[in-house]
Amino acid sequence: MPARAPAVRLADDVRTGRRSAREIADAALAAIVADDPGVGAFTLVTEDLARRQADAVDRAVAEGRDPGPMAGVPVGLKDNLCTRGIPTTCSSRILAGWRPPYDATVVERLRGAGAVVVGKTNMDEFAMGSSTETSATGPTRNPHDPLRVPGGSSGGSAASVAAGFVPVALGSDTGGSVRQPAALCGVVGLKPTYGTVSRYGLVAFASSLDQIGPLTTTVADAALVYDVIGGHDPLDSTSLERPHPRVADVLDDGVAGLTVGVVTELVDAAAADVAGSVAAAAEALAAAGARVEDVSIPETRLGLSAYYLIAPGEASSNLARYDGVRYGLRVAAPDTTAMNVATRTAGFGDEVKRRIMLGTYVLSAGYVDAYYNQALRARTRMIAAFDAAYARFDALIGPTSPTTAFPLGSKIDDPMAMYRNDVCTIPSNLTGQPAVSIPFGAGADGLPVGVQVLGPSLEEATVLRMAAVLEAAAPPGTPPVPVGASSTGGAVR
Amino acid sequence: MTGTWEVVVGLEVHCELRTRTKLFCGCRNAFGGEPNTDICPVCVGLPGALPVLNRRAVDLAMAIGTALGCEIRPSTFHRKNYFYPDQAKNYQISQYDEPINVNGCLELADGTKVGIVRAHLEEDTGKTVHAGSSGRIHGADYSLVDYNRAGVPLVEIVSAPDLRSGEQARAYVTELRGILVASGASDGKMEEGSMRVDANVSVRPTSADPFGTRCEIKNLNSVRSIGRAIEFEAARQIELLESGNEVVQETRHWDEDAGRTVTLRSKEEAYDYRYFREPDLVPLAPDLEWRVSVSASLDLLPRARRERLASLLGDDGPLPASRGDQIVTVVGLGLDDLVVAAVDSGAPVSLALSRAANEAATDAEAARRLSASAFAELLVMEADGSLTPTQAKAVLGDLLAGTGDDPAALAAARGFEAMSAESLAEVVAEVVAAHPDEWERFRAGGEKADKLIGFFTGLVMRSTSGQADGKEVAAELRRRRGPEPT
Repeated sequence: MPARAPAVRLADDVRTGRRSAREIADAALAAIVADDPGVGAFTLVTEDLARRQADAVDRAVAEGRDPGPMAGVPVGLKDNLCTRGIPTTCSSRILAGWRPPYDATVVERLRGAGAVVVGKTNMDEFAMGSSTETSATGPTRNPHDPLRVPGGSSGGSAASVAAGFVPVALGSDTGGSVRQPAALCGVVGLKPTYGTVSRYGLVAFASSLDQIGPLTTTVADAALVYDVIGGHDPLDSTSLERPHPRVADVLDDGVAGLTVGVVTELVDAAAADVAGSVAAAAEALAAAGARVEDVSIPETRLGLSAYYLIAPGEASSNLARYDGVRYGLRVAAPDTTAMNVATRTAGFGDEVKRRIMLGTYVLSAGYVDAYYNQALRARTRMIAAFDAAYARFDALIGPTSPTTAFPLGSKIDDPMAMYRNDVCTIPSNLTGQPAVSIPFGAGADGLPVGVQVLGPSLEEATVLRMAAVLEAAAPPGTPPVPVGASSTGGAVR
Repeated sequence: MTGTWEVVVGLEVHCELRTRTKLFCGCRNAFGGEPNTDICPVCVGLPGALPVLNRRAVDLAMAIGTALGCEIRPSTFHRKNYFYPDQAKNYQISQYDEPINVNGCLELADGTKVGIVRAHLEEDTGKTVHAGSSGRIHGADYSLVDYNRAGVPLVEIVSAPDLRSGEQARAYVTELRGILVASGASDGKMEEGSMRVDANVSVRPTSADPFGTRCEIKNLNSVRSIGRAIEFEAARQIELLESGNEVVQETRHWDEDAGRTVTLRSKEEAYDYRYFREPDLVPLAPDLEWRVSVSASLDLLPRARRERLASLLGDDGPLPASRGDQIVTVVGLGLDDLVVAAVDSGAPVSLALSRAANEAATDAEAARRLSASAFAELLVMEADGSLTPTQAKAVLGDLLAGTGDDPAALAAARGFEAMSAESLAEVVAEVVAAHPDEWERFRAGGEKADKLIGFFTGLVMRSTSGQADGKEVAAELRRRRGPEPT
């Protein structure tokens, strides 16, 4: 048995009765209790829920019912995914202790597929950040090096998978928040096409950009989870009404005959060691039969500016509801307005406040056209540019993050430096197109490097097929997923 | 006072749509429930909740647009951002620069045409109660908020500044109310807040001058207060201008008890709503089939209903004003279908219209439930003399009260039978014999004589308990007198 079984393997074991879901859940919970204090991936461990769900899966197996394609698979949920009766805080003081009265659609679908929720994972407050350092409860550490960040904002989810606590965690990706931490933690991270995975129950950061995606150890697991959580949801108006064909079935189709573009501007944004991994990945794809060419998409340079106007604009509105009136933190004050101000002053951290102020400004009368509307025009141009590229290429590749994991504290006081981390991931959010980060090689510091595969809308199958080829071709220097910090580490042995 | 000034008014009417559920969630859309019982994660704005557009609300919005002759267009939703505790999300989802209905027209009963700039969809807010002396959020001891109304679908109908008086504004709201009720979009209950009106008021020396600075007046909760508030506000502005001052653009609050408008917030204090496209909703583009099905299911509108009644009366020249008033009343009360059906069943048109506009109108709700055939049968009995008008009115009262549904049976139960000509002649003879002086004066003829017909008729009615027909009594008196002396 491998040291860490992927979800596909675990589910197969549970479905065929080789292992019980309860046994797997207990092992995962024990590993978290023992080792997570050194990582800080989880903000809440849901032991009772996990055991209840695991027992239900085992009963289904015992009674001959189908326990689902993720039977007994332990999962971590980013703490911006609503879980009924279980605190959902977005790692913010303003939602401390808030228990949603409902489950997010993805949480319902995971449960329906037999997955077992072991806990909520740490994140940058309201998903605003690229290092998980803006969390109100403190940072998460990178399992490859505890003095480095795991990336963000889904840093807790990436670390929970990298540390071997769970084979699957869900994150949300607004500007790279699944892919960048996946790259920095050496795991697989998929940002699906906007509209393929329901956002119902995902606490909104920037609604036109947010998309939920899986973090896993293998491409096959990413496909499995995408197949489970995707598909139309009548509770989300932006959810696409179309069939949701299984992508897990086409992963072995290879890349022979596909045309792949290496995006010059993305490679140019990366450090030399990271760019080297991208070049190696391009060679691996060519060796597997793909036609690989360089392509210039100058509009990608518009991405960072457009994103940091659009996302804060939407966020300033999405976060207006946290006013102390209905739920969450309330700081007493003589009147309602003063209460609103006191609550928001105490409840939000600096980065969230910075983005609310920025977003409020760019939507204000007299400025909206120069900033927010201008950003929308840039977004339209970027969509056209990528559409043109996809007329020539089946997929594109580039780095996921400009660098490997950086030291804790090194960028937290320099917002612009932090924002620049997102330069390679933002284009897919602005265009709404799918992208996956796959571990490929190591940086000069020996830390994981993520290579990103980008595809046209609804071509998850294509990007995952390419990722599967890269996974198989990963060079010898690619860091293995580390074993947890203590000697008992790893959920599954 | 307003002699040398022209008053210019544009109205914004918020109409709550009569849907079963709210605009963006499945909660009940109902008035008067226990506070915070018709709520869910969506309409309380819980984190992670998302809006889903109610198809029926779109139907009704398009019905309103069609009824107002608007162009129905592909539309989008925006967020209107401002902090207030009755707004669960601290933004309101509303249509902004791409509304569903534009460029319509409403024709008042007097023929005045009022432009409709737009009629767009948006969600209602909750309700707040501020405890404390001020009654406002500032300085309140505490505030209570009820989210039952949050998310109720509204259509905001914005008129062009085409109204020229408080009176005309009242007529506009009355006509619009009829249209909204007829289109099935609204119950028209202003007292329950189903229709709420804001008025933009300005004045200018003559119609050739550019528009003056306007003030927006809020809190107009009845047709009466609309007229009063506009008249007060116009007078206030004229007084300012005539004393050499300027009108300041601002939002003003109508104080119904004090009968005056007061400053709510100045232009400088106006909110910056930071509108932007609602990213949680997709553009709305009803296809031709949908639009056609809405317009096909649209009921007759008040104007068409009035024209239908007028045409029943015959289309020779203008109607007398009293008939016109009856028609407006009957259509306004929703009794025109009853009248038309009764006429179809053989009732005389003018009698049907009179009984509907006068007697039936006293209990319009019951009258709308009246069987048209029973109503027609009663009117025929009255017309052919089987019942006197007094008797017919009594039987109509019984029908409205639900005492029975067969006019003949109700008349019999009351002992109403048409008097024979013989017995009427006997009673008339008795009354004449008992009042010889009056009879002599009647016989003398002249203008005063006719007044005595009323005197005798009253006595006959009294002694027959109303069973006699007044017209027959008059005829009998004249016959008895013989040819009038010349």
